[in-house]
Amino acid sequence: MPDSVLTAEHVVKHYPLKGAGFSRRKGLVLAVEDVSFCVLAGEVFGLVGESGCGKSTLGRVLLRLEEPTAGRVFFNGQDLSGFERPRLRQFRREAQIIYQDPYSSLNPRRRIGDLVGEPLDIHGIGTPPERQERVAWLLKVVGLLPEHARRYPHEFSGGQRQRIVIARALALNPRLLLADEPVSALDVSIQAQVINLLKELQAEFKLTYIFISHDLSLVEYIADRVAVMYLGRLVELAEKPDLYRDPLHPYTQALLSAAPVPDPHAKKNRILLGGDVPSPVNPPAGCSFHPRCRESGERCSVEAPVFRELTPGRWVACHNR
Amino acid sequence: MHSWETFSDLLRNRSAVAGMVLIALVLLVAVAGPGLAPYDPLKPAPLERLQGSSERHWFGTDSLGRDIFSRVIYGTRISILIGLISVSISLVPGTFLGLMAGYFGGRIDSLIMRLMDMLLAFPAILLAIFITAILEPNLTNTMIAVGIVYIPHYARIVRSSVLSLKEQLFVQAIAHLGGSHARILARHILPNAMPPIIVYATLGMGTAVLQAAALGFLGLGAQPPQPEWGAMLSEGRQYIQIAPHVAAFPGAAILVLVLGFNLFGDGLRDALDPSLRMV
Repeated sequence: MPDSVLTAEHVVKHYPLKGAGFSRRKGLVLAVEDVSFCVLAGEVFGLVGESGCGKSTLGRVLLRLEEPTAGRVFFNGQDLSGFERPRLRQFRREAQIIYQDPYSSLNPRRRIGDLVGEPLDIHGIGTPPERQERVAWLLKVVGLLPEHARRYPHEFSGGQRQRIVIARALALNPRLLLADEPVSALDVSIQAQVINLLKELQAEFKLTYIFISHDLSLVEYIADRVAVMYLGRLVELAEKPDLYRDPLHPYTQALLSAAPVPDPHAKKNRILLGGDVPSPVNPPAGCSFHPRCRESGERCSVEAPVFRELTPGRWVACHNR
Repeated sequence: MHSWETFSDLLRNRSAVAGMVLIALVLLVAVAGPGLAPYDPLKPAPLERLQGSSERHWFGTDSLGRDIFSRVIYGTRISILIGLISVSISLVPGTFLGLMAGYFGGRIDSLIMRLMDMLLAFPAILLAIFITAILEPNLTNTMIAVGIVYIPHYARIVRSSVLSLKEQLFVQAIAHLGGSHARILARHILPNAMPPIIVYATLGMGTAVLQAAALGFLGLGAQPPQPEWGAMLSEGRQYIQIAPHVAAFPGAAILVLVLGFNLFGDGLRDALDPSLRMV
């Protein structure tokens, strides 16, 4: 089994709700609740869930862009919270992020060459001519032209901008790439190009991805293992083929049944969920999915299910499995 | 390089070119001043008081018979200096304070902005009078006073830009890469916060000239017989019924200067924004 690049152990992230005006400070937003998993070297780890389920927050905690309220994150076996400045800087080189919105993640007043070369500049790598050379190479790698280095971000389309962001993320030869909804701001026709680019780069540079998305078919296409998140918790984690063929958790089953199938004659057997996603400020007692679950029993409303390994590699948090 | 492209964009912008022409004209007059003026701007000629435009006196004469054309020419230097110096005095510390307050927030923000509020709480002219009175009334202290009065304006504008900029993804992305505060402020926040400041500063050139004139009128600014445009305008006010040209020509000179800087500032704002660049 390959080494684990990133391991999360009982990660919790709460945000205090600040009362406005005279109202008292009340409650906590339970954004991430007791999440544990590991990301293996060289794999694409897919993280799916509805908007607001805490997947982006989890991503930020994993890269220590936010401090977890509790729990620990290990990078190559080292505790992230123990990183002092120089080690943290090193970590910033090894783990990179691709953001959802390629329009706001590039400074409109800087040239592409400066933007892509900035990580090298920050970490003091190479002389200016060497950096220029590397920038030209990076632009070629992501399917742009070296001449583009002299242009400004507004001269590029969304898909091209995302390529620029990817080039910047690759500048420092990272090991781990966190892609937070990297294509959801793009047109569908462009999405495929960017996804394929990410796939090619992964093979070429032996990268490890954490791929966050709400799009099940996208994750099916790119991921090796998939984790499903609901209301701050992981409910299921499995190898991609297992999860898509035979989902165990009722929530995963409902999600997959809602995904469109490209066959007009396919029999649709949709599982419709009643109600809305409960608020993370005041999640239901017991299993947080129980008010919407069709298999909900007495135990579910009282006791939160443990996220456990059912068969090797298949994790689920459900009392009925 | 970058600055060259900005400049070539400016040349394609008609109002910016008009502004540059006006500013160039004023600067030329300021530099060539003594060579252009036909008379001594300070020498009174009581027999030729309040004459209208003529071949001898193009802009006429004032209440002491001094040649207004010569005085306007000499005043150009003073006004340009007042504009540049007082605007720099408010721009540089104002921008710095605004950057610090907006970027670091918290206590630094509260401290800086409450100080700025204290300055803002006084009417501008009253505060300027207060400062000149403490320092001793002369032209230099007028510039300092007018400069200090407008520091909070720049601080507020910069702070509000910084507050929105520091939440922008491209700023956060640099922080995520391990970029220092200095890098983020200097390369990513300041350049994006500059355009409104540049426009405000060009407008401020005109305001500063007028404020300095107001102080001069109250006896706290340029001391007579210095040919300062604002002071000349105030002087001419007394004769506006019988000899309107005494106020009109210095007024027109102020108009040219302020208009030039406004047009130029507008063009510069467009040129500094690459997304508005004409491709």
